[in-house]
Amino acid sequence: MNDTFDLRINESHIEVHKFHGGTILLCVIIALVLQAFLPVYITKASILDLPLLITIYFGLSRRNPSTGLLLGTFIGLLQDSLSKTPIGLFGIAKTVIGYLASSIGARLDTEHPLARFALTAVFFAVHQGIVVVVQKLLLAQPQPWFTTRLLIACIVNAVLGVFLYHFLDRLRKS
Amino acid sequence: MAGLPSRHRSLFLLAGVVLLQVLMLAVQIKSDSQGRLIRVWTVSAVSPVERSGAWGIGKFRDAWRHYFALSDTARQNEELIRENGRLKLEIMQLQSKSAEADRLASLLNFKQKQAKVPMVLARVIGSGADANSAVVYLDQGLHEGIRKNMGVITPEGVVGKVIESYGDTSQVLLLTDRDSGVGAMIADSRIHGQVGGMGEPLLDMKHVGADEEVKIGDRVVTSGMDRIFPKDLPVGTISQVKPGTAFKQIRVRPSANIERLEEVIVLLTTDPLSLKPDASANGNAAAAPPAPGQPISGLTNTKPAEKHP
Repeated sequence: MNDTFDLRINESHIEVHKFHGGTILLCVIIALVLQAFLPVYITKASILDLPLLITIYFGLSRRNPSTGLLLGTFIGLLQDSLSKTPIGLFGIAKTVIGYLASSIGARLDTEHPLARFALTAVFFAVHQGIVVVVQKLLLAQPQPWFTTRLLIACIVNAVLGVFLYHFLDRLRKS
Repeated sequence: MAGLPSRHRSLFLLAGVVLLQVLMLAVQIKSDSQGRLIRVWTVSAVSPVERSGAWGIGKFRDAWRHYFALSDTARQNEELIRENGRLKLEIMQLQSKSAEADRLASLLNFKQKQAKVPMVLARVIGSGADANSAVVYLDQGLHEGIRKNMGVITPEGVVGKVIESYGDTSQVLLLTDRDSGVGAMIADSRIHGQVGGMGEPLLDMKHVGADEEVKIGDRVVTSGMDRIFPKDLPVGTISQVKPGTAFKQIRVRPSANIERLEEVIVLLTTDPLSLKPDASANGNAAAAPPAPGQPISGLTNTKPAEKHP
């Protein structure tokens, strides 16, 4: 099997990236552990959503909606199980983000840092929107749609995403 | 499914997976269960990593403070720095040990003062993976007798309550979380209310009537009405008061340093507790609750201590 192959949609020329065995699982575990561990020592780190960044990156890179959404589900459910939220809240949100990221990744070239920044910011907002909708509609928990903290978190995560994705690019099979 | 184009296949899969999780949420709400099995697995898998991480960071901090942080000074004057470095190293070691000893002594002192109340000291080893909630993990769990709904405090004041307990780990909902709440009252006027989190460093005190007299700087203590915390434990100090239509809008600065928790005390009982006068203090200790930031004098259990396997 080829390490990389080309996907042609509407005459566009988009590369599907593959990773060494265990890379994705390892990245997911590290992201979850850091997400739970960093805020103990750096309080401000609680605004980061590393599992979301990992979901977006591998969704954009693998460009297969089915694997993207299943990876999102897996990460979301693990994040739920490390939080006090009911199991499924982040699962649903990250399933949708995994699907959207891989669908967009299959149509657009998402390698440019500016494109990555914009996509991460949009996905963060969509993710937050889904979480609030589920909390309001299914769990009857009143949550604000927008706070300054969320806006800051959106920008910080998008900036971090650009650097993190650049690092993760190095883990691709050449 | 096999006959569908791949685009539709993934859409069906998306709908199926989301629907499945919605059903899972519905089942949890209906049965009031929170997917304990998957949580036990994940926490059991992650907590050893967090435990080793906490240990590693402690060692790294020690190494950094005691050795590498001195390298700049060493460049300035080699002769002087040798002497200076040695002294600094000793001072830092002593300061570090002294700070830790003070902290532990304060916890131990607190624990010794009320032998009747079963409690356990625990170290914070991790936080929740959800940025919107204030949750921490402790390095003690079921094996040490920690159960759901037990109160968590520091000598400075209330911290939160246990919301889940596993083998060697437990999950604590901090007072600053939106879902958190504690029965409270203003220490001097004895006006009752409820203090809860807002997802911010400050707390919100609810249900205090608009015509009540409340001042900035008033101390807020537990009322004991929630049957989790004993009466008169410090909760915080009022930092903002705004008039409202029916109730005042009151913000409270927590007494405990919730953002920088390292060690905490878990009250190993869910029976009602009450403060007892401190033998070393004057006889008004029970009537006058400790000021925020001041160590709590003592606790007594009004019922026999709960037996834990």
